[in-house]
Amino acid sequence: MIADPILDVADITVEYSTAGEPARAVDHVSFQVARGEFLGIVGESGCGKSTLLFAIAQLLSPPAELVSGSVTFKGRDMVGLVGETLRAMRWRDYSVVMQSAMNALNPVKTVAAQYEDAMRAHGMSDRRRIRARSQEVLALVGIDAIHLKSYPHQLSGGMRQRVMIAMALLLSPELIVMDEPTSALDVVAQRSLMVQVKELQRRLGFAVIFVTHDMSLVGHFSDRLAVMYAGRIVEIGPTRPLFANPQHPYTRGLLDSFPSVYGPKVPLTGIPGAPPDLSDLPSGCRFRPRCPKVMPRCAEIEPALYVSGEAHVRCLLYELADG
Amino acid sequence: MAEETAPLLETRALARHFHIGGLFSTARLHAVDDLDLVIRPREILAVVGESGSGKSTIARLLAKVYEPTSGDILFRCRSLRDVRTRADLLAYRGQVPMVFQDPFSSLNPVHPIGYALLRGLALHQPSLSANEREAAAVRALESVGLSPARQVMARYPHEMSGGQRQRVGFAQALSYQPSLVLADEPVSMLDVSIRIGVLNLMARLCAEDGISFLYITHDIASARYVSHRIVVMYAGRVAESGPTEDVLHRPVHPYTRLLLSAVPDPRAPITLTAADTGEPPRVVNPGEGCRFRRRCPLAVAKCATMTPMLSQAAPGHQAACHVTAPSGPTPK
Ligand SMILES: Nc1ncnc2c1ncn2[C@@H]1O[C@H](COP(=O)(O)OP(=O)(O)OP(=O)(O)O)[C@@H](O)[C@H]1O
Ligand SMILES: Nc1ncnc2c1ncn2[C@@H]1O[C@H](COP(=O)(O)OP(=O)(O)O)[C@@H](O)[C@H]1O
Ligand code: SF4
Ligand code: SF4
Ligand SMILES: [Mg+2]
Ligand SMILES: [Mg+2]
Repeated sequence: MIADPILDVADITVEYSTAGEPARAVDHVSFQVARGEFLGIVGESGCGKSTLLFAIAQLLSPPAELVSGSVTFKGRDMVGLVGETLRAMRWRDYSVVMQSAMNALNPVKTVAAQYEDAMRAHGMSDRRRIRARSQEVLALVGIDAIHLKSYPHQLSGGMRQRVMIAMALLLSPELIVMDEPTSALDVVAQRSLMVQVKELQRRLGFAVIFVTHDMSLVGHFSDRLAVMYAGRIVEIGPTRPLFANPQHPYTRGLLDSFPSVYGPKVPLTGIPGAPPDLSDLPSGCRFRPRCPKVMPRCAEIEPALYVSGEAHVRCLLYELADG
Repeated sequence: MAEETAPLLETRALARHFHIGGLFSTARLHAVDDLDLVIRPREILAVVGESGSGKSTIARLLAKVYEPTSGDILFRCRSLRDVRTRADLLAYRGQVPMVFQDPFSSLNPVHPIGYALLRGLALHQPSLSANEREAAAVRALESVGLSPARQVMARYPHEMSGGQRQRVGFAQALSYQPSLVLADEPVSMLDVSIRIGVLNLMARLCAEDGISFLYITHDIASARYVSHRIVVMYAGRVAESGPTEDVLHRPVHPYTRLLLSAVPDPRAPITLTAADTGEPPRVVNPGEGCRFRRRCPLAVAKCATMTPMLSQAAPGHQAACHVTAPSGPTPK
């Protein structure tokens, strides 16, 4: 339990209606984010990361439906907030940088015009202040003010992502939610963007939820990590111990999927198989068909999140440890 | 790697420039310059570099999708200039096929997997009978771990995962019994948990079937995992090349060191070094000078006026830098 969290996500379940059984993309997910904290959320493609972020930001639309849960931001329940109330909070209280940041920018408007729109929507109308603030946030992400006059297509992929992050900072929110902001970038650009986000966060004190499928990248920057598998959190805990001693067999598998540039060269296996179909889950533990430690009980009992060390782990191997 | 084996494929002072700007513009973008590449039999050669460094251009030159602006490409000691007829070109592309980055768009969604495989075989190996084509397709699918092959052939692309689709891409290339596969970022769109499987497949095909690979990636850790030798590209030129372990453990070029410092390694200590926010330049009508000089912490006056040539740093290991590899150019 975190005292006075900025965000409290409790028991969120989201389903996509399909022709047959609904696909439960997020299944009873709960976590909290402390003020100024950097939380990483990792997992394979399709495990529900983006859906979870949409649910938090109240951006779900059909066929997605919030089936259960509450989202409390600074003490206020966000579920069901719509229209003006929500628009007033977005950008000012929290910002969202979406997975397709490349496409989130309007291609026919300059960076300056897009920043101006966002600030005017929040009641800022003084042109000089708008201009000054635009220059200020661009400087924060290391982009020359000359690019206020640029159109998105005139910027490289890395610059476009930084322009999006600068836009998220315009109204100094207390929480920034980012969905795979670096996936389209190469390693050098990824690293430089991460270092900048981290430095900004230290300086300005906002909290970050950072979603990615690349555990090796976020692990250098996050305070805590949540690992998702097939719609559920399977392990959550402080980053360092989680890397040093991954407990869930899936977390270990993910870590063993990264070849090292420095250590001894060892053959790796990755994780054989593929994640399950969300509308046709295996009985018991969802990771069972791919788990190297599977036991007969795993087909019968669906594991809960058990306390183990500093982490919570959804695996029957830790059932007893959780006394 | 046996040093003495004749190269399978070799490039000599290969360059590719693109005309950019309007009709009357004289601007030329130098995507690749002065490239001397050697790929030996039974070898995985990795080409690494940031986006825009010219990696895909190299693959497209070797696949004969682009014609060189200057320089030459020799396959089994024969210049690709002599590959002129459509039949010659198809035969060459069967010997040196390409595997693409995007397993989601490289397969036609309206046809089952088998259709693409059989059609490719009919095109590249017209001498095979229908039965032989079928057998070749089955063999190729099984060699990439997709079995039972006949069932896989009846499936549609949307019924397969990203990793399986990428294996189909490899199976298609392998069905031609190639000697060299050009793999441009073959795993970058895949989830980390399944990337290793595809890399292991490349390593096995090289070790067991003697197929060479040109493995293009911006992920140095995966390049180290599979490659024997590595070429580091920066802004269209080779910055450093050599045996993979040697280059990665004793990097000579400042750019290689920068690339290495950016690699996320979950087993390495967690560090926060200052951000390098530089980007590789778009090389338009370049003059003399090192293309890395604006980002280089070691740059000296000479770097702005003279292009550094590759010089020997260790046996088989070369770097192009006035400061860290200063000796004269390697004799040819
Ligand atoms: N519009 C939709 N209709 C039906 N199912 C959907 C829809 N959008 C997402 N899903 C399903 O919900 C699950 C979670 O999707 P989501 O996009 O949240 O995953 P993700 O972890 O963000 O994956 P990625 O890394 O590929 O973006 C997936 O199984 C996906 O197929
Ligand atoms: N057909 C083309 N026309 C104009 N410029 C091109 C073309 N193909 C590639 N380029 C340019 O050549 C450079 C190298 O591109 P590419 O080989 O695709 O890089 P990489 O694959 O390393 O990302 C880039 O600056 C790119 O914009
Ligand atoms: S509960 Fe069983 S199948 Fe699931 S992760 Fe633990 S050991 Fe593996
Ligand atoms: S030649 Fe000069 S600028 Fe280029 S890498 Fe060497 S020191 Fe740096
Ligand atoms: Mg997503
Ligand atoms: Mg490319």
